[in-house]
Amino acid sequence: MNFNSTDIHSFRDIWVFCEQRDGKLMNTDFELISEGRKLADERGSKLVGILLGYEVKDIAKELGGYGADKVIVCDHPELKFYTTDAYAKVLCDVVMEEKPEVLLIGATNIGRDLGPRCAARLRTGLTADCTHLDINTKKYIDFLSTSSTLDVASMSFPMEDTNLKMTRPAFGGHLMATIICPRFRPCMSTVRPGVMKKAQFSQEKADACQIVMRHVELSPEDLKTKVINIAKEAKKMVDLIGADIIVSVGRGISKDVDGGILLAQKLAEAFGDGVVGGSRAVIDSGWLPADHQVGQTGKTVHPKVYVALGISGAIQHKAGMQDSELIIAVNKDETAPIFDCADYGIAGDLFKVVPIMIEAIKETKNA
Amino acid sequence: MRIYVCVKQVPDTSGKVAVNPDGTLNRASMAAIINPDDMSAIEQALRIKDTTHCQVTVVTMGPAPAEGMLREIIAMGADDAVLISAREFGGSDTFATSQIIAAAIHKLGLGKEDMIFCGRQAIDGDTAQVGPQIAEKLGIPQVTYAAGIKKSESLILVKRMLEDGYMMIEVQTPCLITCIKDKSIKPRYMTLSGIMECYSKPLLVLDFEALKEEPLIELDTIGLKGSPTNIFKSFTPPQKGVGIMLQGSDKEKVDDLVDRLKTKHVI
Ligand SMILES: Cc1cc2nc3c(=O)[nH]c(=O)nc-3n(C[C@H](O)[C@H](O)[C@H](O)COP(=O)(O)OP(=O)(O)OC[C@H]3O[C@@H](n4cnc5c(N)ncnc54)[C@H](O)[C@@H]3O)c2cc1C
Ligand SMILES: Nc1ncnc2c1ncn2[C@@H]1O[C@H](COP(=O)(O)O)[C@@H](O)[C@H]1O
Repeated sequence: MNFNSTDIHSFRDIWVFCEQRDGKLMNTDFELISEGRKLADERGSKLVGILLGYEVKDIAKELGGYGADKVIVCDHPELKFYTTDAYAKVLCDVVMEEKPEVLLIGATNIGRDLGPRCAARLRTGLTADCTHLDINTKKYIDFLSTSSTLDVASMSFPMEDTNLKMTRPAFGGHLMATIICPRFRPCMSTVRPGVMKKAQFSQEKADACQIVMRHVELSPEDLKTKVINIAKEAKKMVDLIGADIIVSVGRGISKDVDGGILLAQKLAEAFGDGVVGGSRAVIDSGWLPADHQVGQTGKTVHPKVYVALGISGAIQHKAGMQDSELIIAVNKDETAPIFDCADYGIAGDLFKVVPIMIEAIKETKNA
Repeated sequence: MRIYVCVKQVPDTSGKVAVNPDGTLNRASMAAIINPDDMSAIEQALRIKDTTHCQVTVVTMGPAPAEGMLREIIAMGADDAVLISAREFGGSDTFATSQIIAAAIHKLGLGKEDMIFCGRQAIDGDTAQVGPQIAEKLGIPQVTYAAGIKKSESLILVKRMLEDGYMMIEVQTPCLITCIKDKSIKPRYMTLSGIMECYSKPLLVLDFEALKEEPLIELDTIGLKGSPTNIFKSFTPPQKGVGIMLQGSDKEKVDDLVDRLKTKHVI
C-alpha cells in the first residue's frame, strides 16, 4: 500500500472514531462529532465518522444527526468486543487507504489504548486528552485571549496555518500546552470525554447522512489477545458528566462521613435532581465509589451549578470543575484555594451551613 | 523468562508547582519521584518473580541522575537495570521515546516468554501513549489498564479495567502490559539486603552510539527536532476572578446566597 504519512498534501477530511459498547454509541461520539463538525467547517472539508462493531449498521445514522456527512461502518464478528489487535488493524487499514487529515478519538479507556497503537503504526504524532481544538488561527487567537494569561496582542501568528492546534492540560493542570503535528498526517488526538459540547440533534441531518459499509479482512493470526469475559459493575454509575447540578464533598466531611454525604444528597435534591460528586481524598478513603471523582484523574464536569463542600480546591480538583457555570463553595478555612474559583463563597462549617441552605432553598421554591 | 519494567522519574506535581516566567515548568524546584503507576508495574513484575524466579530488568530513559531511582528499584528486588541516556534523545515526544525504548529492548533481546510492563501513564504528561507505542514498534500484543496479572504456564491472564467494569483478557507472550494502581497491588519497600547489594548489581548505560545503528531507530524521528509533535504554545490559564465572599452569620450568608441565586434564576 502506498501510504506515506509525510506526504501531507494528500490527506483530507476530518474523521472521528466512533466507539460503541454493547452495540450502543457512546456520549463521547456525539461530543466529538459535534466538535468535528466545527473543525470540518473551519477547514472546508467533510466530516466522516468511522464505526467498528458487529451488526452496528443501524446505529450509524444517529451520528449524522450531530453533523457527520458520512459514516463508514466496518462490521465483523471479531469486532463485537474491543480488542487492540482487531480494532487497530481495521482502523489503520481504512485510514491508510482513505487518508484523513485529522483523526479524533475519545479519550476513554479504550480510545487511549487504540490511539497510540494506531499513531505508531501510521507513523504520526498523537496528542492525548485534548480539551480544546482549533484549525483556524483567528479562532485560536480568540481562544488564547480569553483562556490564557499570554499577551496575545504583542505576539505574531502564522495566519495561514492549517495544522490542528490541540490544547491540553499538562503537569497536573498547572500548565496548558498547545501541540501541533506539522510534518505528519493524520493529525491525531484523543479528546477528553465531557469537555466538548454536544450539538442539537437534527433528524433531517441524520436521514441525509451517507452510510458506507466496508469490507473487513481479519485473520486469526491478526489476533493475539482473546477476551474471556466482560464484567459490568452491577451498580448504576452516576452520570456526573450529564448532570446540571453537582454537589461534591471533600475531606471536610471526615468527622461524620455518612452525615456529610447525606447532606450533599439532600442539597442536590433541593436544587433539583442533582448528583453527588467527590474529591479524590473522598474516593481514596473509600467514602464514595471511583465514578464519583471530579478532577484531573476523575471526571471533567461543567454543570449549571457546582457546589463544593469541604473541598480545599487543589489544582487537580479545579481542573475538573472550574468551567462550571456557577460555583458555590463552603469551607471553614476562609483562605482555602477553592474560593479563588468560586462565584459565591461561604466560610463556615458545612455541617451547620448546609442544613440551613437546604431549608432556605426549599422555602424559596415553595414560596 | 525476563520481564522488562519501564519506569520514569517524574516531578512530583502533587505539591506546589513552580512555573518559569516563559511558561515552562521549573523542574529544579520540585522533588523527583518514581511515577506512581510505574510502582504498580514494578510490584506486578516482582510478584511474578517471587513465584517463577524470572529476571526483572528495569529500564528508564532519562538524564544520568535517574541512576539513583534504578538502584532503589533494584533494592526492591529487581535484578538489573538499563539507563538510556543521551543528549540526542532529549525532548523526545511519546513517539520518539517509545521508538528509543523499543530499540533498546530489541537490542537486549525479547524472548518468546518475555514481557514488558509499563505504568499506564506518567503524571508529568498523563499521556498513556508510550506503552502501546513500544508494543507496536516491537510488533507484540498489548493490554492496558491492568489491575491484575496472572501467569500460569505459558498463559497470561489480565484484568483490564474499563470505566464501568472490567474485561478478562488472555494474551500471548511476548507482550506488553500497562499497569494501574489498585488496592490489591501495594508496592513493596526496599529490603535491607537489597539496599546493601543494589550497587553491586549490573547497570547498563545505553547512549546514542550504542543505539543509533539499531533497526528500530529512525534518526529523523528522535529527540526534540525529530518528534512528530511539537509544542506550539504553552501558557497558564487565567485565575477566574475571585467571586464574592458572603458575609454575616451562617443564616445571613445563606439568605444572601439564596437571594442571589433567585435573581439569577438558578432556583
Ligand atoms: C496526579 C494527581 C492527580 C490528582 N487528581 C485529582 C482529581 O482528579 N480530583 C481531586 O479531587 N483530587 C485529585 N488529586 C488530589 C488533590 O491534589 C488533593 O489532594 C485533593 O483534591 C484534596 O481533596 P480535599 O479537598 O477533599 O481534601 P483536603 O485538601 O484535605 O481539604 C479538605 C478541606 O475541608 C475543609 N473542612 C474541614 N472540615 C470542614 C467542615 N466541617 N466544614 C467545611 N469545611 C471543612 C478544610 O478546611 C479543607 O480545606 C490529584 C493529585 C495528584 C498528585
Ligand atoms: N522516559 C521513559 N523511560 C522509561 N519508561 C517510560 C518513559 N516514558 C514513559 N515510560 C513508560 O510509559 C508509561 C506511560 O508514560 P506516558 O505515555 O508518558 O504517560 C510510563 O508509566 C512508563 O512505564
